[in-house]
Amino acid sequence: MSRLLPLLLLLAMPALAVIETYQFSDPALERRYQALSEELRCPKCQNQNIADSNAPISQDLRRLLYEQLEAGATDDEIRQYMVDRYGEFVRYRPRFSGATAMLWLAPLLLLAVGLVIVVMTLRGRGKPTEAADLSEDEQRRLRALMEKADQDQ
Amino acid sequence: MPARLKLFLPLILFVVLALFLMRGLSLDPKELPSALIDKPFPVFTLPALGRDELLDKEAVTGEVALFNVWATWCVSCRVEHPYLTQLAGQGVAIYGINYKDEDTAALGWLRELGDPYIASIADREGTLGLDLGVYGAPETYLVDADGLVRYRHVGVVDQRVWGTILQPLYQQLQQEKESQ
Repeated sequence: MSRLLPLLLLLAMPALAVIETYQFSDPALERRYQALSEELRCPKCQNQNIADSNAPISQDLRRLLYEQLEAGATDDEIRQYMVDRYGEFVRYRPRFSGATAMLWLAPLLLLAVGLVIVVMTLRGRGKPTEAADLSEDEQRRLRALMEKADQDQ
Repeated sequence: MPARLKLFLPLILFVVLALFLMRGLSLDPKELPSALIDKPFPVFTLPALGRDELLDKEAVTGEVALFNVWATWCVSCRVEHPYLTQLAGQGVAIYGINYKDEDTAALGWLRELGDPYIASIADREGTLGLDLGVYGAPETYLVDADGLVRYRHVGVVDQRVWGTILQPLYQQLQQEKESQ
């Protein structure tokens, strides 16, 4: 088995080669390639970025990204190039606009709602509740009921 | 906040959430509006499939026409092919964009199944497809007489799609052209 293991590991290697690799002239370009390919969305599969997706269109977009990075395009130029062709949809971090306002503001809004609930709950906890203040009549009735319960036992 | 209103808070939150989710049910996430709507058809120069000539934007625009992105590896393209042939028979102008395909396979397909296209642009590398924002075949673009992209349909063009969406727009664009 111990001899077989390295062989088995070799067999598993092609699984890693599903997504092609590119040789960059500069490590900085490679870092930007990683960042951008995680930020750009695959138009075909919709819930994956182009770094994760093995769809043909994602392969094309990765190659394009590589070529543009090597040609010296800035991140913004590349994003704009993609948006011009595939729409704002292609960005996982879309520009702030009327259509995307909800997307950007919802977390803040929910956080605010949560804080309000926490504050209200904490305030309510400090105060003695009204239910604890029984009138004299009620106190007497309560004592009577409890005594009755004791006798019943 | 009055205590009574507080009791209704969960219900209000539920209704708001339910409305959002209901809306989500009736949305088709595959229906992406093209980024090129009302923008010019991309400039290109590519060979014509099976002919010894080059096609460019000027050669294929000027009339209202459909641009159908197809390929022999695309299963749904085979499904819509008979309907496209029927439309072409009715005089609808259709250009093909043979997307990331091999010429021999594509020519064999047209010989076997019929050729509804005025001409097919051989987009072997998918460069025109990229400029159009194609993300898979079949896709069909409606381009007006001024060379502006007016509509993009993703998926198979059938009787329903043609009758309810493409045909009304196609006729409207042709009227626009005649009134100019």
